[in-house]
Order: sequence, then C-alpha cells, then structure tokens
Amino acid sequence: MLYAIFCYSREDVVGAWTSAEDAAVMTRLAIVEQKLAVTGRLGPVVRLLPTTTAVTLRKGRETLVIDGPFAETREQLLGFYVVDCEGLEQAIDAARELAMANPGTGAYEIRPIGLYRPVAVRGLPGGAMKRFGA
Amino acid sequence: MSEMASMGGAGMDGAWIDAALTAARPQAVAALLRYFRDLDTAEEAFQDACLRALKAWPKNGPPRDPTAWLILVGRNAALDGVRKRSKSAPLPSEELISDLDDAEAALADRLDGEHYRDDVLRLLFICCHPDLPATQQVAVALRIVSGLSVRQIARAFLVSEAAMEQRITRAKARIGAGDVPFDTPGPLERAERLSAVAAMVYLIFNEGYSASGEAVQAKGSLCDEAIRLARLLLRLFQGEPEVMGLTALLLLQHARAPARFDAAGAVVLLEDQDRGLWNRRMITEGLALIDKAVRHRRPGPYLVQAAIAAEHARAERAQDTSWARIDLLYGDLEQLAPSPVVSLNRAVAVSKVAGPEAALAMIEPLASRLSGYFHFFGLKGGLLLQLGRREEARAAFDQAIALANTTAEAAHIRLHLDRLMQDGAAAEK
Repeated sequence: MLYAIFCYSREDVVGAWTSAEDAAVMTRLAIVEQKLAVTGRLGPVVRLLPTTTAVTLRKGRETLVIDGPFAETREQLLGFYVVDCEGLEQAIDAARELAMANPGTGAYEIRPIGLYRPVAVRGLPGGAMKRFGA
Repeated sequence: MSEMASMGGAGMDGAWIDAALTAARPQAVAALLRYFRDLDTAEEAFQDACLRALKAWPKNGPPRDPTAWLILVGRNAALDGVRKRSKSAPLPSEELISDLDDAEAALADRLDGEHYRDDVLRLLFICCHPDLPATQQVAVALRIVSGLSVRQIARAFLVSEAAMEQRITRAKARIGAGDVPFDTPGPLERAERLSAVAAMVYLIFNEGYSASGEAVQAKGSLCDEAIRLARLLLRLFQGEPEVMGLTALLLLQHARAPARFDAAGAVVLLEDQDRGLWNRRMITEGLALIDKAVRHRRPGPYLVQAAIAAEHARAERAQDTSWARIDLLYGDLEQLAPSPVVSLNRAVAVSKVAGPEAALAMIEPLASRLSGYFHFFGLKGGLLLQLGRREEARAAFDQAIALANTTAEAAHIRLHLDRLMQDGAAAEK
C-alpha cells in the first residue's frame, strides 16, 4: 500500500529558524529518509515554498483565481498533482483543465515547489521499489 | 533571535521555543497594544508571557497556538499586575490555567479576523512616525516589532549600547506623545499605512544590505528580519501586488548575499559574482511571487524593481543578462517613481545596450542633482574610461573616492585608479 504523509506546521515559526537550524532539521530528516530509501519505501520528497507564494483556483460555474493558500475548513484534501510548468499561468491552465474534467465545488491550491527529489534510491530488488517505477 | 528567546535553553525544545517566541512577537505585541493602548505595557506584558512560556512549555508541551497563548497569558499577567497594585483579588496563576485550550481556540478565532491584520499594521505603522528620522524608525521597529535586543541593534548601527538605548527611548517617547491610531482604518487609510510600512521594511533591508566589511556580520540579520516582516505583511494582505513585489525584491537581492563579497571582504560586482553561490530557494520564491503579482496588471515601483532583480537572477552567466529588458523596466520605473538615482541605474543598462557614449549623455543632466553621490562619479569614471578619456576618468574616480560611504566602495574605485596608473605607465614605455 502506498501512503502519502503530509507535513503540517506553523509557517511563521519555521520561517523564524536561522539557516543553520533549518539545515540541521533537514539533515535529521534526511537520515530518516535515507532509512526509508534503502529499503525501497521512499517515493518523491517535496518541500513546498511558503503559502505566500500560493494562489487558489476556486471551482464553480466560473473558476476564480484568488491570491493565497486554500484556507477553508469545509473541504478535505483528496489528492494532489505535481506538474512541471513554464510559470504560474501554465500551472493555472492545468488546474483549470482539471476543474473542467471534475466540475462542482472545491478548489485547487497551486503552490510552487522549493525542493523536489523524485525517488532517492533506485535499483534495489523487491516489489516495493517497482511501485515507484524505474 | 530575540533576547527573551535566547533564554530558551539548549536542545530541540529550546530552539523550537526560541523560534515560536520570535515568530509570535509581532502579532502578540500588536494585539496587546490594542488591549492596553500603551506600548510599554504591551511590551512588558509580552515579556512576562515569554518568561511564563519558558517555564510552562518545556513542562506541558507547546500550546497548539503559541501566539494566542502568549496574548492571553500576557494580558492576564498585565491585568493581574494592575489588580495587585489596586489590591483586589488576583487572577489565578498560570499553573491553574495551564490548560488554556478552550480559551486559546476562542481567541484564535478572533485573531483570524480583520482585527488581527490591522493590529499588526498599526504596530508597524507607529514605528513610521513622520517625526522620526529613517534610522530611528528602523531601530524602533527592530526593537518593538522584531524584538531584537538593544545590544544587537547597537551593533548593527555601529554605536554603543548606551547611545542606542537612549535613541530608542527617545523615539518611543515621541511615539507615545503622538496619537496612536486605534480606530479601524478605512480602505484609503489602510493603503496609506501599508505603503508607509512597506517603505520602512525596505529601509530595514537596506540597512542590512548596504553593510560592508566587518559590519556585514552584525547587519546581515537585518535582511532576514526584513524578509520575515515582508512575508508577514503578505500573509496578512494576500492580494496586494506591491507587497508581493517588495517581498520578491528583498528575496532576489538577498539571494546574492553569499557572492557579494570575497574572502577579504572586498565588493564583488554583480557581473563578477559566482552565480553558483546564489541562494536558489530564495530566487525561486522571489520569481514565484513576481509571477503572482503580474497577474494583477498594476505594476508598482517594488514590483518593477523586483522584475529588474529577476532579470539578473534568471541569467545563468553575466553575459546572458538581457540588458534591453532591464532598460525597458528602468524606463517603467522612471515613470512610476522618477528619481535621478533611477535614471543613473538606467544608464548602466543603456551603456550595455547602446554603448558608453549614449549612457554618458544620459547622466550629464543628472550631475547637479547627484553631485554628492558616490555611484554617480563611479559610473561616470567607468564610462569615460571605456571611451578612452583617461584624464577625465581619473578626475571622476577621485571624486568618487572622496564620496565613498564605506571602505569597500573606496577600495573598489582605487582598483580602477591603480589600473589607470599601470596602463598609463605601460603606455609611456
């Protein structure tokens, strides 16, 4: 079974870390990631840019793009995509197409990715690794 | 980072508490200012709350909403003090109210509203008191909003702690004597406050960015502070393209910090910088913010400056820089915020696009207004040198050295002069 683990924390607190503290946390996390990676259990790893960089596309009869992250509590997180785009406009276009394919209510938050590691370690034999593709 | 926070102790808990107190400070002090309508009381209440947090959090674990906890405890502590002085019944101690979850949740709800936004804006805005000179605005904001210690601020401004203490006390007295605007601002007032506050955040950044030599270490953190404040403003005013532009500008400029000075502390010009040292994450964030801001189709001065910085950030090598686009952007900036310094900067782009002669013609009319400006003579000397007018170039460089603000600036011009002398000597042989 594949699982996604979403990381929630206080952005203002993380933003108040010194770069040394930030690096220390990333190093500690990397050790855990490495452990998962060598047993073939680690999929893509993503660190998002701050919510200040986000825009949100609201579904509806007409889609509406608003500045800022998704901030409602009525809807739940159901999935996510990682898309490689020229810029924000192209990413919004992609989200619009998704909205057309799945109309109704809800929203897509579009947030740039600051750090992306596809799959840390490949080539270990075993079924788990194959799930992530070659 | 704050002096309170530095008492947080070692280890992961200590670091987390430090960061939480630092992050909470602007919001918490701003809310306490609204309750007490007095800056000193608000600051003391926050300080009190921090001391209690340092005792309670390691024991009970961090609260779900540290900011709400600090506001509530700070408010109670200050009210308790008032009651004690008036000899009435004190409020229960924080031991008895250690489970603040319900109260926190209720308060957090109220914090999310417009109130909260205007609180923080007000706190920043009172630091922009028009009677205060720019450097004092910056010092007061760093003390009150960012919570830097007087010692840290004194070091950044290269003055003694006592002198800085006095300066901040005087500035705060001036703020206290004026009318602190407690009414909820209307849209126009809010926009005016926001623009004054944005300018002050930019001043804080520049104070850090313009440092050189030994001051780089002491002042470097001011750039980080300014970026934190800009991000805070942006979280509160998510749809403001100029706040996006300001944040992007600071990020894109600060991204170059690791490459701006060599090991000996000498200035490394943009075109000579090792671009591999630039901070990629900051650049990505800056570019993403510009992307967002341009969708509003209302470019302001910060956004245009950010777009200029972005042109440099996008060029993998100095020779890949699109000077034609930078020239156009400076043209926009001349319209939006005309100033001789903007025209001078445009002349650099013009010299790359149309040659030194065109650039020289462009800066000649600026001479009277920039007669005390180091960079004017630095650029003039450089352009004259390119045109082979060596004597005039030397005169301009001499003037530049006389006007240099830092030893690094002077040293840089001296390099040009040395080269002129060497070339001159070689030509005579």
